[in-house]
Amino acid sequence: MGPGMRALLLRDLRLAVRSGGGFGLGLAFFLILSVLVPLGVGADGVVLGRIAPGILWVGALLACLLSLDRIFALDHEDGSLDLLAISPVPLEGVVAVKALAHWLVTGLPLTLMAPGLGVLLNLGPSAYGWLVVSLLLGTPTLSLVGAFGAALTVGVRRGGLLLSLLVLPLYIPTLIFGAEVVRRGAEGMALATPLALLAAISLGAAALLPFASAAALRVNLR
Amino acid sequence: MLIEAHSLAVARGGVTVLAGLTFAVAPGAALSLRGPNGAGKTTLLRTLAGLQPPAAGRVTLAPDTVAYAAHADGLKSSLTVAENLAFWAAIFGCRDIDRAVQALDLSLLARRPAGELSAGQKRRLGLARLLVTGRPVWLLDEPTVSLDAASVSLFAGVIRRHLAGGGAAIIASHVDLALPEARVLELAPYRVRALARDGFDEAFL
Repeated sequence: MGPGMRALLLRDLRLAVRSGGGFGLGLAFFLILSVLVPLGVGADGVVLGRIAPGILWVGALLACLLSLDRIFALDHEDGSLDLLAISPVPLEGVVAVKALAHWLVTGLPLTLMAPGLGVLLNLGPSAYGWLVVSLLLGTPTLSLVGAFGAALTVGVRRGGLLLSLLVLPLYIPTLIFGAEVVRRGAEGMALATPLALLAAISLGAAALLPFASAAALRVNLR
Repeated sequence: MLIEAHSLAVARGGVTVLAGLTFAVAPGAALSLRGPNGAGKTTLLRTLAGLQPPAAGRVTLAPDTVAYAAHADGLKSSLTVAENLAFWAAIFGCRDIDRAVQALDLSLLARRPAGELSAGQKRRLGLARLLVTGRPVWLLDEPTVSLDAASVSLFAGVIRRHLAGGGAAIIASHVDLALPEARVLELAPYRVRALARDGFDEAFL
């Protein structure tokens, strides 16, 4: 990572934790969802334990979705994106760094929070490790795909709805394999296949999507 | 020549607004773009900056020579003046922000968040960004908007020093920057009046 990209990463992290950065929004959403589901579903531990992997993964995914439109929209509004596009930092690098910054302020804290919330949902004891592993492998995809969606919709006013509709179908494979890893972990079944597929999706997204996102940004900045 | 345009045409929203522009700007020279609102000054500057492709013709310039000051200053309101400048300096691989801070008289504001600045102070910070890019060609889009008379003459001095150091500037401004050496390019003769759309898709999107 060059000095320019490091400066961009530090700036995005700093902006996220300062006032108005929206750092806590996704985390608060995840917490609220995980607290409300047991209250809504009822205190049946068996039922809760069975739905816990799905609830935790859906919660993490929706929490990620909340902050996606900020990835490029704020920089587009204040003109920074134009200036970054003609800077010496390649636009592909800008996209990758912004996706990384998004993951560091949403995906990573969500992953670290998830085991605590698993207790509320009566998640099976053998599943906690796999919950963390699956979120660690899967949430980078959520940020990368999200950055791609944000790049496609960057000039659109109130593009949040369009962004969600574009991104949701692309999130489905990650959700299915991620929740499957946790479910199999809870039931003590073999889980190498969904885990490998989850990792493959993440690696593929990391390899391809920065280029696609940069191309979309170039078109949208015209 | 630092930047050359050959029979350049530029389009905004799929509509060609200017055509047949040919000009060159040498080191130490300034070009002042004149034209009424909607003439295509911003579109021309964005095309020269490489943010959009020319509709026809070509722009010749070495890579990484252009610094662009648009209507929006590219500032983050929750970062301080010094942090904003240091960020752009790091992006452009420059270490020294003191020169830029002093050139635009921002020393007393360095620790203030950019969100608390007045419009004119923000503008000065946006213009200070040009100095930390270290790039020779400045594309300035209405640089004097919301600047007071003292700041305008301060900035004129900054441009003059930039030109004396072998830089160049292309300026779209309604306010006279008191740069007698600047060549004036009147855009009116190059305007394309017929609003023929070449392909509806771009305008539609």
